[in-house]
Amino acid sequence: MKNKAEFVYVTYIHSTPEKVFNALTAPEMTRKYWAHLNVSDWKVGSPWKHEDANDGQAHIVGKVLESDPPKRLVISWAFPADKDNEGKHSRVTFEIDPGPGVVKLTVTHDDLEPGSDMVKGITRGWPLVLSNLKTLLETGNAMDAQTMFAHWKK
Amino acid sequence: MDKVFKALADPSRRKLLDVLRTDNGQVLGELCQHLDMSRQAATKHLKQLEAANLVVTVWRGREKLHYLNPVPIHEIYERWIGKFERQRLRALYDLKEGLEKNYEK
Repeated sequence: MKNKAEFVYVTYIHSTPEKVFNALTAPEMTRKYWAHLNVSDWKVGSPWKHEDANDGQAHIVGKVLESDPPKRLVISWAFPADKDNEGKHSRVTFEIDPGPGVVKLTVTHDDLEPGSDMVKGITRGWPLVLSNLKTLLETGNAMDAQTMFAHWKK
Repeated sequence: MDKVFKALADPSRRKLLDVLRTDNGQVLGELCQHLDMSRQAATKHLKQLEAANLVVTVWRGREKLHYLNPVPIHEIYERWIGKFERQRLRALYDLKEGLEKNYEK
């Protein structure tokens, strides 16, 4: 029945939807908690890149599939080697729901190949990235992104 | 954070999380098959896990799918494991894993 893997992550952040959306799409923000720059004009159909903050090398590429700031962003997600092979593209949906004093951020990563390197990477990566994003927005400080990324690579 | 610790304090609820870790996005019926518990008991445990944000549910048509959400566990890790300890702890963990694996053989 299931031939694709899917993961759903939720975090509650004491912030505003605008700040959360900006933290996902502004390279100077993603650098602080993700050790990567998310680069795009974030218009539907435009490409986006997830670049290493040190050497500028793209580690993930894709396209903007839907954009409705500050509520929703849907992007495709692939290794650069699979850029032209759409069968290997997975999809990430960010949903931002405001509540009283807190924003619910839901990240759904689907259309993944079960057991793939991508699954291994993202299942370790998302909890780390999201808890670091929460810390950054709530306290103004993120864990040293370089340390975080060195840890993630292990 | 109290809710996370309370939710994790029960072996059946930890088992539920293990089952989701193996196969994410299951309906209640599928989850019950893996566990020696009634639908009512499973529903009650899942509610507690959801309240602690350790399980997230998504409706797909008429199916309610359950997903493991390890983000709160990561927050606990970040709170008590400093960036300087993590390398050493990782090494200790690898050592323990390696030794115990050999011991089982």
